[in-house]
Amino acid sequence: MAKQIKARIIESLRLTLGYHKLLLSAEGITQLARPGQFINIKVCQDYEPLLRRPFSIHRIKDAYLEIIFKIVGKATELLSKKDQGDYLDIIGPLGKGFWIFDSSAWVPILVGGGIGIAPLLFLGEYLKHLGFLSIVLIGAKKKDEILAEEDFRRIGCKVKVSTEDGSRGFKGKVTDLLIKVLKKGSFPKEAIIYACGPRRMLEEINLISKRYRVSAQVSLEEHMACGIGACFGCVVNTRDGYKRVCKDGPVFNIDEIVWNNL
Amino acid sequence: MVSLKIKIGDLKLNNPVMNASGTFGWAEEFKDFLELKRLGALITKTITLKPHRGNPPPRTCETPAGMLNCIGLENPGIDNFIKEKLPLLKKIGIPIVVSIGYLEAPEELILLARHLNSLKEVSALELNISCPNIKTKAPHQRLVSQDPVLTYKIIKRLRRVTHKPLITKLSPNVTDITEIAQAAKRAGTDAVALINTLTGMSIDIKNRRPRLSLITAGLSGPAIRPIAIRMVWQVYQKVKIPIIGMGGIIDMPSAIEFFLAGATAIAIGTANFINPGVISEIIEGIRGYLKENKMKDIKELIGALQG
Repeated sequence: MAKQIKARIIESLRLTLGYHKLLLSAEGITQLARPGQFINIKVCQDYEPLLRRPFSIHRIKDAYLEIIFKIVGKATELLSKKDQGDYLDIIGPLGKGFWIFDSSAWVPILVGGGIGIAPLLFLGEYLKHLGFLSIVLIGAKKKDEILAEEDFRRIGCKVKVSTEDGSRGFKGKVTDLLIKVLKKGSFPKEAIIYACGPRRMLEEINLISKRYRVSAQVSLEEHMACGIGACFGCVVNTRDGYKRVCKDGPVFNIDEIVWNNL
Repeated sequence: MVSLKIKIGDLKLNNPVMNASGTFGWAEEFKDFLELKRLGALITKTITLKPHRGNPPPRTCETPAGMLNCIGLENPGIDNFIKEKLPLLKKIGIPIVVSIGYLEAPEELILLARHLNSLKEVSALELNISCPNIKTKAPHQRLVSQDPVLTYKIIKRLRRVTHKPLITKLSPNVTDITEIAQAAKRAGTDAVALINTLTGMSIDIKNRRPRLSLITAGLSGPAIRPIAIRMVWQVYQKVKIPIIGMGGIIDMPSAIEFFLAGATAIAIGTANFINPGVISEIIEGIRGYLKENKMKDIKELIGALQG
């Protein structure tokens, strides 16, 4: 079930250089949304850009919905310039979210690379609500690109940070940090990885999940034309043939994906 | 009361607005956004004889006021379509037009038409002889709809195996669209649908690579509308045959343009991606336009371009 609504912008916030957060009033969508799902936004009334742009749901609070994004092109640029009180035409919640095993036998490890942290805060808060405290690994190129760290700490998650330039936390890639965490092996229970980030990071996570025998779910990104499964444009190669990232995903079990062809 | 009813051969439609093939999933994707039974007819994604994977990603990218796609006819094949998809489509309660296509040889269309001819759930067939995104064994071979002789021959043969209304979808990638439409008419098609996508290409200057896997792809959206309008108008002038007009229709005014140019019916494609309830809005918009202009019947609008 998805809805098309006009959502009012409650707050528009510049996060750090090149990153932005929007808080939307999205009654009707918020009640239906599950972690890992996304909304599809018409950024302007006219033809430039023409198509909607998909954004992971970053957080839900009552009737409010948050997205965070990196400014990478015309659409995100326009979106970052919207004002409080403006309305956005949005469709959501879309896609299939994360599978959550409601069993106390699991320790969730959330791994976000760059803007890939976006869907994981909603997941972390949802898991907390179910009584799980996640381990959260946040990776960035440098320290001022670390996103949502405080939000995760506030709900009691165990947060570790990595930066490629070593300006904060663990020096290196977030996947190396994950290996370090798994090697320590200090889990009384079995771990499950929930990951979102650049393609190379997810390929790496695939290898790690096999090597350490940890199950994993990944949220994928692909260019979408419709976001509702109509155009068959955003496909990913899986063991069962091509699947639509927007409708059959964006979250997939890591074993479903044929990684070398992604 | 305003009448929107039209007829294409033996195919009777409650209103002249349908979806363009390949832009409406398997219809269920739209049920949250509009009442499916409001469509004049539903045109399926193109079905081929065997299941087909389609082209590798990336398959779509945005371009100025439009988009490119090279999906490449991904579909479950005729047998799975009849078993899994058709019963659900029939439940909607509107005419179902099955789009049929070929992957290697146009002869596949004959087998498909023969197969579908006996199914009462199928109201009409649309011949997709104009998809620019199939890799034939000879890569520079022309599409059937780029050649009036091939177009004539295949329709003539299809006419022998099916009594269903035939709609022939034409390619705009030709020098003279009227020549192809004329050939289709002479061979016995009940209507022509125009236009399919225009062949286009886009390059990412950062990595200096084509944006899409097939390199070239089909351009759709408002960017192609003036070309589509021109072609509908040219065919309407020269060939007496019902035209289903499409290409960049996004709202009521752009829909009305097509009727004025000579279309009997219209199809909505790319706009479904942006606004999944748009077909419903356009039907209401047409009704409103007719009332406002004191017209009682959509037929008064067809070809009503003033000189």
